[in-house]
Amino acid sequence: MKKHALTTRIWHWVNLVCLVVLFMSGLGISNAHKRLYWGHWGFAPEDAWLFVPKFPDWMTIPGRYDLAGARDWHLLMAWLFALGLLLFMVISLANRHFQRDLVTSRAEWRWSAIRADVVKHLKLDFTHQGSKFNFLQKLAYGVVVFILLPVMISSGIAMSPAMDANWPWLIDLFGGRQSARSVHFIVAWALAGFLVLHIVLVLLSGPVKQVRDMITGGEA
Amino acid sequence: MKRRSVLAGLAALFVGACSKIAESGPGRSLLDAAEKWNLGLHDLLGRRTALAREFPKEDISPSFRGNGTTDPKEAAYKAYAAAGFADWRLSVTGLVNTSLSLSLDEIKALPQRTQVTRHDCVEGWSAIGEWTGPQLKAILDLAGLRPEARFIVFRCADSLAGGPYYESIDLIDAFHPQTIIAHALNGEPLPVKNGAPLRMRIERQLGYKHAKYLTGIEAVATLEGIGDGGGGYWEDRAGYQWYAGI
Repeated sequence: MKKHALTTRIWHWVNLVCLVVLFMSGLGISNAHKRLYWGHWGFAPEDAWLFVPKFPDWMTIPGRYDLAGARDWHLLMAWLFALGLLLFMVISLANRHFQRDLVTSRAEWRWSAIRADVVKHLKLDFTHQGSKFNFLQKLAYGVVVFILLPVMISSGIAMSPAMDANWPWLIDLFGGRQSARSVHFIVAWALAGFLVLHIVLVLLSGPVKQVRDMITGGEA
Repeated sequence: MKRRSVLAGLAALFVGACSKIAESGPGRSLLDAAEKWNLGLHDLLGRRTALAREFPKEDISPSFRGNGTTDPKEAAYKAYAAAGFADWRLSVTGLVNTSLSLSLDEIKALPQRTQVTRHDCVEGWSAIGEWTGPQLKAILDLAGLRPEARFIVFRCADSLAGGPYYESIDLIDAFHPQTIIAHALNGEPLPVKNGAPLRMRIERQLGYKHAKYLTGIEAVATLEGIGDGGGGYWEDRAGYQWYAGI
């Protein structure tokens, strides 16, 4: 039994490429209109709740202002990203990765247990007994896989005028197209934050072994 | 600062690789294929004929942003505008049984549709307005579409950066009940910034498809030979996707 199943490893690396391309092309799209609004409509500075900075060329795909090119990349990778997540979810239910490794027990939600886990993390002690992941890991991966990534996909779809005609309930879920756009932007940065935290923790917990295990599978 | 340079360097490498992919033959076809997948998915849902949401009047935004050309500089357009667009004509040509040249009064005499819809710009903003005008279908029926016709091309009075604006849609969108030739916004004649005296409303697609300052409707069998063949001004100039439902 490997530490990481083959499907998990493939998805991990495909997803990394997807998220990086989606994030950088998304910043290019953001440069086309640097304000965010709530509700169905919004276009003027006085309606905005956030003025977004212009993202420099080195942060965007393509590496210059090119809205059409950024949209091409974004809409292509969105397919790979959405289908990849769907497949990963189906397979992880079938091979019991979710049930075995991500489901938390009631005992883990006890305040004393959570505090002990936080203290262990702060002491950079990443050992854990029994299950593959400790509580904070399960929580982080659970929030990303089951909340943040699906919200990115649904808020992205909600920005399509043709999809809104087909699925008007989707836009109501977000309270309007401009709200969906704002949520898309906020969650994109939350995912960028997760990526940074994820990389920092890998660097602190034996990066060579961690990356090797995510490629070869490692020992359980 | 040094760490930031490393990050910027890594990003630059990545961006450079992406450009190389986008410029390669297979990379370009893959990027173009995604547009077809989106159109295919919307077809697959079986509902490209679904109606865009129509909002209650109280949701109309306090103003309606103008974008692209907002004040055509062409002398001919200025002369029409000075005369209150009294002599404006809309031509209907191409693969039709009877070519037409309609006056604004004739267009307003056709059965009218009024719809309060959300307009989504490719840049990201949205506005809500109430549009009034005849369905494009009524005009196409009047002219009689020939069986070879596959696309409807819109000709416009304005130029951007030296090139005339134009757009095109397929027949599913052309005959959609909400595809109208609007002459009024929020109960008033169209303002110049929003396309006076006539503009298209192609609800369920992004704003650049909604040709403004409309002078002609042309039925064609193929988009080849129209502009550079991309099907629209921005499609030809900047590589925008022809199908703008997403």
